[in-house]
Amino acid sequence: MARFGGRLVGAFAVCAVALAASPRPGSAETLHRVIDKMSFGAPVIAAHVGDVIEWSNHDFVAHTVTAKDGSFDVSIPPGKTALITVRHAGAIPFYCRFHPTMTGTIDAAG
Amino acid sequence: MSARSILYTTALGVLVYGAIGTLPASAQSSAKPTDPQIAHIAYTAGTIDIENAQLALKKSKNKDVRAFAEDMVRDHTAVNDKALALVKQLNVTPEDNATSRSLVKSADAERAKLAKLNGAAFNRAYVKNEVAYHKAVDNALQTTLIPDAQNPQLKSLLQTGLQIFQGHEKHAEELATELK
Repeated sequence: MARFGGRLVGAFAVCAVALAASPRPGSAETLHRVIDKMSFGAPVIAAHVGDVIEWSNHDFVAHTVTAKDGSFDVSIPPGKTALITVRHAGAIPFYCRFHPTMTGTIDAAG
Repeated sequence: MSARSILYTTALGVLVYGAIGTLPASAQSSAKPTDPQIAHIAYTAGTIDIENAQLALKKSKNKDVRAFAEDMVRDHTAVNDKALALVKQLNVTPEDNATSRSLVKSADAERAKLAKLNGAAFNRAYVKNEVAYHKAVDNALQTTLIPDAQNPQLKSLLQTGLQIFQGHEKHAEELATELK
């Protein structure tokens, strides 16, 4: 039992080291945003590098979420969801390729 | 207002301006389109824009014009599919009427003119027509079709359609500026 307990502690120690070694341990979040009535919602989304944004398309027409700098581009059929990952810091303007008047900006902190 | 815009506004306004202008006051309320007529006008307006887009996809090699035309086919098909599902659910038969007939006549005439153009001249004329057409349809939705629709689900679908078509109107305007 004592030996088993020792191995368990050892395993936790390995995990702790692994977590400490990864960049921004535990900081990446999944943000949920809704596309509705031909709008991305709030014009600016505050996020961090590494965060994932899950977009839900509540419209019955298809949309895309496309970064002007090309860092992401997903198509979202009506009623579906899609994920994008924030890859770099700074302001990342995005738009819908199907409806270019729909726009927004991700304000990404490093 | 351009000649095109007047053409479409007149076509869409048969019930609003034409009928009300000639009928006695007591008969004015009966001049309002019924829900089956409104459904037919909205569906017809969508079909016309899909046909215009198909012509553009056949004739244009401009990347932005083709992308816009593809957007029109995709969105107007989605709206018309919703409209068909709704009339089926409500057990309503869309009813042919003077406005939708006039709309088709104007659109056929415009498409015949477009079909004779090529290259940059076609691109400019197609996009200019899309601006005028969406302006006229959006105006008809705001002033007549949405206020006169009685069924709340039909009204709501028309309101959503208006949001989509206003986006098309802006997109067409931006494209028209680029093509100048």
